[in-house]
Amino acid sequence: MRPISRNGVRIDDSFAEAFPMRGTAILITAPNRRWAMQAATTMTGFATSVIGCGAEAGIDHEVSEKSTPDGRPGVRVLLFSMSSDTLQTQLVNRVGQCVLTSPGSACFADLHGTDRLQIGDAIRYFGDGWQISKKFGNRHFWRVPVMDGEFLCEATTGLTKNAVGGGNLLLMGADPKNTMRAAELAVDAMNEVEGVVLPFPGGVVRSGSKVGSKYKMMMASTNDAYCPTLRGAVATSLDDDIGCVLEIVIDGLTEKAVADAMRAGLAAVIELGPDNGAVRVGAGNYGGKLGPFHFHLKDLLP
Amino acid sequence: MKPLVLTLKQEPDQRLDLGQLTPNQIEGKSVNEIAEIELQTTREKLTVGDIFKIRAGSAQSIRFEGGSLRLDNVGHEMKSGEILVEGDCGKNTGRNMSGGTVTVVGDCGPFAGSCMSGGKLEIGNNAGDFLGGPLDGEMEGMSGGLLIVRGSVGKRAGDRLRRGTIVVERSAGDYPGSRMIAGTLIVLGNCGQMPGYLMRRGTIALARPPELAPTFTDCGTHKLAFAGVFAGLLRPESPGAARLFARPLYRFAGDMAALGKGEIFFPA
Repeated sequence: MRPISRNGVRIDDSFAEAFPMRGTAILITAPNRRWAMQAATTMTGFATSVIGCGAEAGIDHEVSEKSTPDGRPGVRVLLFSMSSDTLQTQLVNRVGQCVLTSPGSACFADLHGTDRLQIGDAIRYFGDGWQISKKFGNRHFWRVPVMDGEFLCEATTGLTKNAVGGGNLLLMGADPKNTMRAAELAVDAMNEVEGVVLPFPGGVVRSGSKVGSKYKMMMASTNDAYCPTLRGAVATSLDDDIGCVLEIVIDGLTEKAVADAMRAGLAAVIELGPDNGAVRVGAGNYGGKLGPFHFHLKDLLP
Repeated sequence: MKPLVLTLKQEPDQRLDLGQLTPNQIEGKSVNEIAEIELQTTREKLTVGDIFKIRAGSAQSIRFEGGSLRLDNVGHEMKSGEILVEGDCGKNTGRNMSGGTVTVVGDCGPFAGSCMSGGKLEIGNNAGDFLGGPLDGEMEGMSGGLLIVRGSVGKRAGDRLRRGTIVVERSAGDYPGSRMIAGTLIVLGNCGQMPGYLMRRGTIALARPPELAPTFTDCGTHKLAFAGVFAGLLRPESPGAARLFARPLYRFAGDMAALGKGEIFFPA
């Protein structure tokens, strides 16, 4: 079949296969942008893949002081995991170790919903009896005395069972320089979409994996079909003009958010064109048997 | 939504218990059925129809045209809907209410908002003693919701307050926040003697504090994130209270004669 082409970029007739996840969102505020971003960055560190990190997390967007509950600059953080229990553990560990500890920080719920995850309800015990509960309307906060004043933390935040993890784009270019340029532009465009995070370093993963391995203890191993150095040695998926593949993985609070992010990324890569960017775009799947969400690239084209 | 209107024919001769006239209790009743409801008073038998002229409307919105300090228990155990009193109310206004809105344009007697656990009670003018407080023998006062008094209140406002927020926009009598268990009490005008007397936990914010009891200890000036959040939440309800919380606040901890985990804030 002839591949689809847009602005000279070949688009695979393929789809990204994604899985249901549990997701949550919190808003971290601080006396200024630097420290709000610092707490958020620390909290979302080592959160690239549920396989090794327990959770996938990232920064959704900054929030201006006009829109935060306490009138200070804020950052919205999204956290995803495969089960509600793991998500709960990860949320409390990460807020407790990375936000509670960050100077001047406060932490608020940022997702509606009847399913709730504890934040302050668990972290309050750090107050050693000096913690103060404050309710107003349907909101419940905990004030925990700390060395720079008080850590203010909302008691609970919302949990969604409709989050989607594993949306992806495979950007294939002639060389690392051009491929990275395409990836950077795509990441910038996708970060504009609300309700998604790109959990890998700078949004990009260079070590895409396949299921299984020749070694018994490995559940996943390198995706040899997309390794350019193995092009002649294995059943490759790469064309002769491809020397580098970078993947962008997307987790979103909704299926629509993931689709919107993939659409934005595709548009950016296509606009850049093949000469300075990617010559071909594909997507990773497992034949459609494992994940219920299928994002077909041809449906997402500009 | 067209309200059910109850117009007071004349000042009643005796105290009247209006506790039965809440939305959840008269929902589905016709005007005639409402008129036949017997009101608790003295030995004299009185019905709603004897006291009020009734104009049909939704039971979820009840309007009393005209009021009196003899009308007790308005909004008693209210769960939903709204009651508006265009006049005064007697004692126990909004007592034990758990939801909905009660608005009194005029004054209220003692024990307004007594033991309320949810919803909103707003008093346009003054209220008597023991605002939100428990009756004799009860262990807890108000335990949730929002109670706003635009005027002044009598003694011991917020007695045994356990949860919820009370805002007094003018002055409060002596011992406001006495025996507080938790919750928030805000007084924007003058404040009587010994605020927070024997309070265990909770927050009292005073725009013009009197001299505090020696059992309150100095914790210094702070600008706390929680105060900023409360300022934002209070702004639609009481701009004055929001302004108080938006400023740096002096914190005193007490009452050290009780548990000592309460606090009194005032502008630094």
